[in-house]
Amino acid sequence: MTEKLPFTRREFLQGSLALMSTLGTVPGFLAHASAAPNTAAARGALTAGRTLVIIQLSGGNDGLNTVVPAGMDDYYRQRGGLAIPAGEVLTLDDRVGIGLHPALRPIQEMYLEGQATVVQGVGYPNPNRSHFASMDVWHAGDSRAADGHRGVGWIGRAFDQELRRGRSDSLSCVTIGEEAPMATQGREAKPVSFTRADLFSWSGKDLHDQVASAYDGLHEGLAPASNDDPVDFVFRTALDARAASTRVRRAVARDSQTDFPNNGLGRQLRAVSSMIAAELPTRIYYVALGGFDTHANQAGTHNRLLDQLATSVRAFYRELEAIGQSERVVTMAFSEFGRRVKGNGSNGTDHGTAGPVLLFGPKVRAGLIGSHPSLTDLDNGDLKFRVDFRSIYSALLDDWLGLDARAALGQRFRSAPVLEV
Amino acid sequence: MPSLLSPIPDARFGPAQARHLLCRVAFGPDRVRAARLSELGVHQAVETVLAGADTSGLPEPPVDPDVRRPFTREEQQAYRQAINSEDPELRKKAREARQAFDRKDRQMIRDLQPWWLERMMLTPDPTQEFATLFWHGHFATGYQPVRDAYLMWRQNEALRRYSLDSFATLARYIVHDPAMIKYLNNHQNRRGKPNENLARELMELFTLGEGMYRESDIKEGARALTGYTFSDNDFSFNERQHDDGSKTILGKRGKFDGEDFVGILLKQRACARYIALKLYRHYVADVSDRYEDLEGSAKLVVDQVARVLRSNKYAIRPTLRTLLASDHFYSDAVVGRKIKSPAQLVVGTARSMRTPKRSMVRQHEGMRVMGQTLFEPPSVAGWGVGRSWINTSTLYARQNTCVYMLTGKSPGRKWNKKGVNYDPMRLITDLDKGDPRGVANVLIDEQLGPGLPAERRVPLIDFLAEGDKAITRDRLLGFLTLVTAMPEYQLC
Repeated sequence: MTEKLPFTRREFLQGSLALMSTLGTVPGFLAHASAAPNTAAARGALTAGRTLVIIQLSGGNDGLNTVVPAGMDDYYRQRGGLAIPAGEVLTLDDRVGIGLHPALRPIQEMYLEGQATVVQGVGYPNPNRSHFASMDVWHAGDSRAADGHRGVGWIGRAFDQELRRGRSDSLSCVTIGEEAPMATQGREAKPVSFTRADLFSWSGKDLHDQVASAYDGLHEGLAPASNDDPVDFVFRTALDARAASTRVRRAVARDSQTDFPNNGLGRQLRAVSSMIAAELPTRIYYVALGGFDTHANQAGTHNRLLDQLATSVRAFYRELEAIGQSERVVTMAFSEFGRRVKGNGSNGTDHGTAGPVLLFGPKVRAGLIGSHPSLTDLDNGDLKFRVDFRSIYSALLDDWLGLDARAALGQRFRSAPVLEV
Repeated sequence: MPSLLSPIPDARFGPAQARHLLCRVAFGPDRVRAARLSELGVHQAVETVLAGADTSGLPEPPVDPDVRRPFTREEQQAYRQAINSEDPELRKKAREARQAFDRKDRQMIRDLQPWWLERMMLTPDPTQEFATLFWHGHFATGYQPVRDAYLMWRQNEALRRYSLDSFATLARYIVHDPAMIKYLNNHQNRRGKPNENLARELMELFTLGEGMYRESDIKEGARALTGYTFSDNDFSFNERQHDDGSKTILGKRGKFDGEDFVGILLKQRACARYIALKLYRHYVADVSDRYEDLEGSAKLVVDQVARVLRSNKYAIRPTLRTLLASDHFYSDAVVGRKIKSPAQLVVGTARSMRTPKRSMVRQHEGMRVMGQTLFEPPSVAGWGVGRSWINTSTLYARQNTCVYMLTGKSPGRKWNKKGVNYDPMRLITDLDKGDPRGVANVLIDEQLGPGLPAERRVPLIDFLAEGDKAITRDRLLGFLTLVTAMPEYQLC
């Protein structure tokens, strides 16, 4: 199902090595099985230290103007004035006529270097066009979640499972934002979340020095003894919070070696790169960029948002390379839905269905995954999805992080081929 | 057999026990009120906190019943014409008019959230608000899918009105509640095209608990609820969409409608047990929401409360009267071992420390970060209890919201002493300001409980008694801020 991959030296070498090791000797599935670590310990060692960064594009990103099917006449016929002129589209694959929005040049560069993957036509059955309901589906990791979830998400469930196995840390999941997204809420496992790292601490300490030192005194005496006692539980959480706060604030205070764009996403990813540099035990970082609900006068807004996305991600990986950490970081950008094929009367687009998911990092299987959804075979004017979003979650949890995708998703999904691991 | 629900002897019902009672039914402690209650004896004390009070002087709700008023036929026609017209200007205007209603409605819920929070803080009848909050979490309905703030308020008023009456009344009411009907899609539940959402949650989450019914009971129950819809702001029964055929629900057979369906549910033993467990989790202890997980005295007490509920035909007041006077309720296994919900923490702090009027919106924002947004429970299952409230992030949100309430200082902002606008000395007018150690102990007993061990008191007492000088306003403010930052302050 993979389209032509961009030809890079790295791709070529990796591809031919893989080919040589299996060629004509063992059937493919056995080769895969033997290459895969078959004990939990080996698997744990392999996946330890790997990190996933999730960028949520809130509001419903216009997938058709992000990954542009410039080779399809129907795109220009239906999109009219909002269509990106063919000459401006940044080519990814000219054989199938797919390219990127002109603001995404930094992502095109990463793609050509083998550090970006575009999964096309990602969605789920019976799509819901409400922001709220569709975001719930993506967060819960359950296509029926639009009818009522339980406030628990796919990442939360994965860490609940880790907690049961005694393999978790209070910093396993870090989210930047006022409220931790539902995706990261487990029944037991909870993420650390903050808007700014310097606010992740007790604000009473600024009243005066004596209050601050008395506060420290009150916490030094804590000695949680039992697991069952609720007072001990709060003590332990208070100690965890202080330790996590110190580690996070110390980490984020570091100067980055390279420059980040001075915008919302850039600042968030800079903080994430600092926490990665400090080697916090965090497996998943979650950040968000909002404003994609472009019902009117879309072109300028969309251009600015995509520029913010592309320059921030590019800067993020430049920094990770500079500190020698890029190999252990995979990043995924998703949105709750794409937008309708046809524009509306206000130079904007209304809520649609399937859209692209972008993945970044040296360990992604660079290229175009899946084929572009048809622009004529539509479901009520909307694209039909081809890749279930949970197959991407499965790849990230199972193959990348060594977490229990089945426990997280409630059923088994075949991992989408998005990684080179 | 001695029952765990036997009342605590009056000889053992002192100010500490009265304090505990106030913490658990009225959001927080109040040492003056506790002292008075303790003199009444346990029965009269419980009677007093359950008796209600005149709430007529509270702020009016910021509601407008007409924001979501359905279009008249003419308006509908005009709208349709505009939205389908060739003229883009006309289409734009129609769309914008519709969006303006949406905005107004969103603003109404954003006004209702702080309105309710303030009501909890100001009301002379906190018991009623604490019970209303319980039912809001039990019959959890969220603004987001409902998108009708007026209906959310109507439900809130109904839950308040019946909050201490009878669960049977509440259960019967809820299948007629427009917000609930919209939330669980029962307006789409029609003869021949059933929508099972309300029927399912009615059994699973509102009355019986998981596993106490079969899928076929849900299907048949959904048929009984067909035609239960709403029109404008009121319940409406659509006879043409109601399936009046025969149904079999939990072994009973008949031409049941929604009322019959609820009646059958209320007759189940599992129902009384389920509601007893929910009450126990709200008022007594942070136990599992699954009856099968219960053990020891918690299980025995829940069984006994279920019996009390049944023999009182689900009346809440007599049930609470028994539970709140019981020996078990005042036992060491219960006192000081329940984690405060965000509402309990914020409202309790406001009431018992008499914090000044500050931005309700900000204080509610704090609750949102702690995980409890009024009118927006995370799902139809409502909020959890106990440990689910506390993690490394929410703990700071909890402490920092208290800092804001006491000092006016927001995280990351410079503190302006002039903005304090609060005189904590009002809390100690009955105490000797020249005896800081004595004052510290009294306030610790009140705010953190008389059970706080001596070694945990030392840093607090030393802080207030620094230099053994008379207490100043600043010192006392710092002391109270430290009290709210104690891990023990998260429990009640």
